[in-house]
Amino acid sequence: MCGIIGVIDRSREPMDGTAIRRALSMMNERGSGEGAGYVVYGCYPEFRDYFALHVFFDNIHETKPRVDELLHQWGRVVHDEEIPTWDLPRLRKVHTPWRYFFRPDTRLMPRSTTPAEEIVTELVMRINTSVEGALVFSSGRNLGVFKAAGWPEEVADFYRIEEYEGHCWLAHNRYPTNTPGWWGGAHPFNLLDWSVVHNGEITSYGTNRRYIESFGYRCTMFTDTEVVAYLVDLLVRRHDLPEELAVTALAPPFWDEIDAMEDDRRRLHRALRLTYGSAMMNGPFAIVVANQESMVAFTDRSKLRPLVGAEHGDRLYVSSEEAAIRAMDPGITRVFMPRAGEPIVGRVVA
Amino acid sequence: MDEVVIDAAGMHYTPLNREIRAAVAAGARRIRLENVLGQRFIANGVRGDVEILVHGVPGGDLGMFMSGPRIEVFGNAEHAPGNTMDGGEIVIHGSAGDAVGHSMRGGRIFVEGAIGYRGGIHMKEYEKKRPVLVIGESARAFLGEYMAGGTVLVLARHGGPAVAERGLGSGIHGGEIILRGGIDPVHLGVGASQVALSDDDWARVLALVREYARRFGIDPAPLERREEYTRVVPASARPFAGKYAWE
Repeated sequence: MCGIIGVIDRSREPMDGTAIRRALSMMNERGSGEGAGYVVYGCYPEFRDYFALHVFFDNIHETKPRVDELLHQWGRVVHDEEIPTWDLPRLRKVHTPWRYFFRPDTRLMPRSTTPAEEIVTELVMRINTSVEGALVFSSGRNLGVFKAAGWPEEVADFYRIEEYEGHCWLAHNRYPTNTPGWWGGAHPFNLLDWSVVHNGEITSYGTNRRYIESFGYRCTMFTDTEVVAYLVDLLVRRHDLPEELAVTALAPPFWDEIDAMEDDRRRLHRALRLTYGSAMMNGPFAIVVANQESMVAFTDRSKLRPLVGAEHGDRLYVSSEEAAIRAMDPGITRVFMPRAGEPIVGRVVA
Repeated sequence: MDEVVIDAAGMHYTPLNREIRAAVAAGARRIRLENVLGQRFIANGVRGDVEILVHGVPGGDLGMFMSGPRIEVFGNAEHAPGNTMDGGEIVIHGSAGDAVGHSMRGGRIFVEGAIGYRGGIHMKEYEKKRPVLVIGESARAFLGEYMAGGTVLVLARHGGPAVAERGLGSGIHGGEIILRGGIDPVHLGVGASQVALSDDDWARVLALVREYARRFGIDPAPLERREEYTRVVPASARPFAGKYAWE
């Protein structure tokens, strides 16, 4: 059981972190104080063209030079600093969160159609698997993940979350079940532009992990959600599927439902299931994924985890609980529950 | 002390429930909760003859294990209102989330609007204790899953089907699900079968329709056409008899 909430402003009006901090703490019952986190899109406008790499360092003096060296080998760091935090009595700072603003040298990846993204993905995988004591947990442009082991309001205060502004936010309150609670295991999970928060468990993790690792991704965070971030990156960025179809591939209808469809739809759904059988996720889940342009929320096809949506003008909200949305925005005008396996999609229009 | 008013703004459910219990113990006949937002377990396990008015959106498991009180919610409810409720009544002027009336063993729930997935899951009955769940609009998949007793009634007042998703009465082995407007048989779950209403069934349904109409102040007449209703009951008392053990 975890608590999730997300909001996107379709006209890109920025929101600070005050309201989502309040909403997430309303769902403290869904967590255990062992992990919480936030991602905000649009928070680094002054560095919008650079990849913002957020890294947990166990030890600045020994580990950081190795990461610096890799980054300088693959591009240019325009600015780096420790992520500003407040000392809190109940949150032990076991890692030092650091951020780099990085521009990859695309000449080093000549045959790729997305060379900058390829270099950053490669760097994230390489640092996370080979540099002990360093973990890159956020790697997109003009966005930042802020997460730690603690209660929602503690993690928010630690990172001074109210000082960030952006047009899209996701937040997560973790109740670790199958794997230990630690800073890297807190949500959101991020790769490049995509971030994921997730309530539930992916019982097909083994299959999904083998599948995604065959495309060069490496799972390093000891938890199932990580695989969702990589699957979305693979299906949407690399395979160019529209988001709705990607969700259908990850949480497809049952075969008996596919068999009852009209010809064209049936052929499409069969093809998706046959092509992406190993990407299909089983088990109970509610998931929200976001990038700069959109936010997509969906549940498993048996609806074993809660998910509600709401709207207020240009703002689209999704959450485990309606009350959390109302805590963020008492003026919501429409509350709705999506069908199992069918996505709620919000896209920016501006 | 007839009426007690509690301002629940920003309050955690533990002190809130403590105040509710104290008011009941002191003999309050009516407790009005103002500014409720997300507090779980409201009136959890409360016994006695008292009316609890909830203004706002309460959190999950409203009235869990409750025996006796009458709760009226002026707002939507979240997951599992009436979870394992023993007696009393919950009236919701709005919609409700998943697993409404989860494992309910007595009392009544009236939801003005729609409910989410797995409504009435594992409702049960024993001798004179027969729980009732009435839904004004529609219910999602797996309504009455593993149901062992009681009555679920869906009135489809919104004009669409009462249930348009899979697994209706999946694993049902007691009780009944009554739907206005019928259903597509493909949505029937394993072990559920559709039958016509007897005169006794109709008398029971009609009484519930009128109770619903009285609670929400509507005219019951459009809901009183017997031919519109269908009844879903267990195909057998042991739907999965052959599933895990072969005799």
